[in-house]
Amino acid sequence: MELKTLTYLVVGASFALYIGIAIWSRAATTGDFYVAGKHVPPLANGMATAADWMSAASFISMAGLIAFLGYDGSVYLMGWTGGYVLLALLLAPYLRKFGKFTVPEFIGERYDSRAARIVAVICLIVISFTYVAGQMRGVGIVFSRFLEVPIGLGLVFGMGIVFVYAVLGGMKGVTYTQIAQYCVLICAYTVPAVFIALQITGMPIPQIAFGSTVQGDSVHLLQKLDQVVTALGFPAYTSGTKSTLDVFCITAALMIGTAGLPHVIVRFFTVPKVRDARYSAGWALLFIGLLYLTAPAVGSMARLNLTETIQTGAVGAETANLAYEDRPSWFRTWEATGLLEFDDKNGDGRIQYYNDQNPEFATTAQTFGWNGNELRVDPDIMVLANPEIASLPQWVIALVAAGGIAAALSTAAGLLLVISAAVSHDLLKGVFMPHISERKELLAGRISAGIAIVIAGLLGYYPPAFVAQVVAFAFGLAAASLFPPILLGIFSKRINKQGAIAGMITGLVFTYGYIEYFKGLFLRWAGSPWSEDVAENWLLGVSPEGIGAIGVVLNFAVAITVSHMTAAPPAKVQALVDHIRYPR
Amino acid sequence: MAEQNAKDRYWRANLRLVAYCLAVWFTVSFGCGIVFAGPLNQIRFFGFELGFWFAQQGSILCFIGLIFFYAWRMNRIDREHDVEED
Repeated sequence: MELKTLTYLVVGASFALYIGIAIWSRAATTGDFYVAGKHVPPLANGMATAADWMSAASFISMAGLIAFLGYDGSVYLMGWTGGYVLLALLLAPYLRKFGKFTVPEFIGERYDSRAARIVAVICLIVISFTYVAGQMRGVGIVFSRFLEVPIGLGLVFGMGIVFVYAVLGGMKGVTYTQIAQYCVLICAYTVPAVFIALQITGMPIPQIAFGSTVQGDSVHLLQKLDQVVTALGFPAYTSGTKSTLDVFCITAALMIGTAGLPHVIVRFFTVPKVRDARYSAGWALLFIGLLYLTAPAVGSMARLNLTETIQTGAVGAETANLAYEDRPSWFRTWEATGLLEFDDKNGDGRIQYYNDQNPEFATTAQTFGWNGNELRVDPDIMVLANPEIASLPQWVIALVAAGGIAAALSTAAGLLLVISAAVSHDLLKGVFMPHISERKELLAGRISAGIAIVIAGLLGYYPPAFVAQVVAFAFGLAAASLFPPILLGIFSKRINKQGAIAGMITGLVFTYGYIEYFKGLFLRWAGSPWSEDVAENWLLGVSPEGIGAIGVVLNFAVAITVSHMTAAPPAKVQALVDHIRYPR
Repeated sequence: MAEQNAKDRYWRANLRLVAYCLAVWFTVSFGCGIVFAGPLNQIRFFGFELGFWFAQQGSILCFIGLIFFYAWRMNRIDREHDVEED
């Protein structure tokens, strides 16, 4: 069967499955719509959380990023998993005991302040929309590459599917579809990884193959990779180029940001008991770990495969570089997407792929008659092209397409749901129309989910120029604004609303300002970015990606200082803190 | 009053457990994977340099173990202090 037909079949079958689940699990009450009636068993919730969490970025981009960053890529691996430890130990059980529907609702009640609730809603909506735009973009890329439909049409399909199960089923529908999506995406990720590990090392388990010797050779995979890339002037794979402090701060910002992301936190509202929330976080990280432990193995093998495909023999030997006309078929298909580019700078008809930013090696390269690096590879293609590079059967390629879409849709649905809950529950019921009936609130939730989907689709179709920057922004913001007030709200009875609001605003303004200053987000017209984004200009040598870590510290410091200068919170708030601390 | 003391004891036991677990969390990731990755890389661990392994595999495995340990231990503390849900 032709690849395109096969892909249509596999992706179509997965869509039919999601719709079927949506019809089976319609939401009848606001409890169903916001928190799946609190009936989700911990293991199932762990699986749904994993799908909710693992986005198009985790599935499509992460292994590719690690492939080109080497050791520096560890910040994503540790940052996006370590946050679950914070979540499990410091937040999830207590928020479950609190027993309401949304994160702003907790902040509003704990600080006995409508203003705090509104600040939290604003943070939540900004974080969620920046995040969802990236998911929709991922759906578009997969559709245009594998189903060969225009991105716009692909987006309409994706939005349609999410619309059906998020609007009909609410959290209940989303939870059960996410479980199905997890199964699809984890198979799609591990099957090609096993094949490739087998080809390169003869060892089928990728995590072990990662530390094994290369087939037909006595050197280990990582040693070999270090040799191959340093011979071309790149930094060694197993040692980084970022400063230790910066790696430290980026990892911390991603960890704390993960623990502060509302669409992840709200998943722990759906389990029946406090003890389920604790175990559920463990299951979630186990299921996430299956992918995150595979990703670095995939990254290293993809880098080795790519480099050896281009540089077929000794560096500098004339025939050791792949001739352009002999390029494999996957090279041609990805060239068509513009994500892989070749520019024959020295006109010899062969591909030279090396680090021309390394002055020492660039001089050596000139003696070979090389005239600059000729290959540009977008890291995003590494996972998607992997099955083709390793010449795996066509059903594997079709499966990867379905997996990429599952990863993007599951995250998008989770995000859209917290946006709609923030609008219908926090703004409408909490602030503007406290006496709204449950039936009307449910309808409002459905309508706001629908509107959010359309906005998300538009953001995917007209991506803001700063999609790459917004990841740093979303995590920095979640870390610097939402995490501290939730944590302090549970572990301190002394923190009051003045402290919490002052802390949130300080964290928010500082983190946003720093990123705007170096990266430019919204104030392009006012001349932003105002400074070149290089290490010499950074505050204490911390990059905009890691600045959230400093924002967290500032938020804590301000919240604690201001609280101690103002009156202690009222007795009913202190009683609330006692209530959430004890499971019974 | 007696009830309040019992509750304080439960809360202190909880904080102690959380502190121990976070110490491990910090050591395996920020310690072994980042700050001391350089010296640890002198040690070979199967086909890996140890610091690199902690950063890309070991820390994640420890995180998973840590959460399950915490959940198990905390549920036991709930029972010991008689605050568990029905």
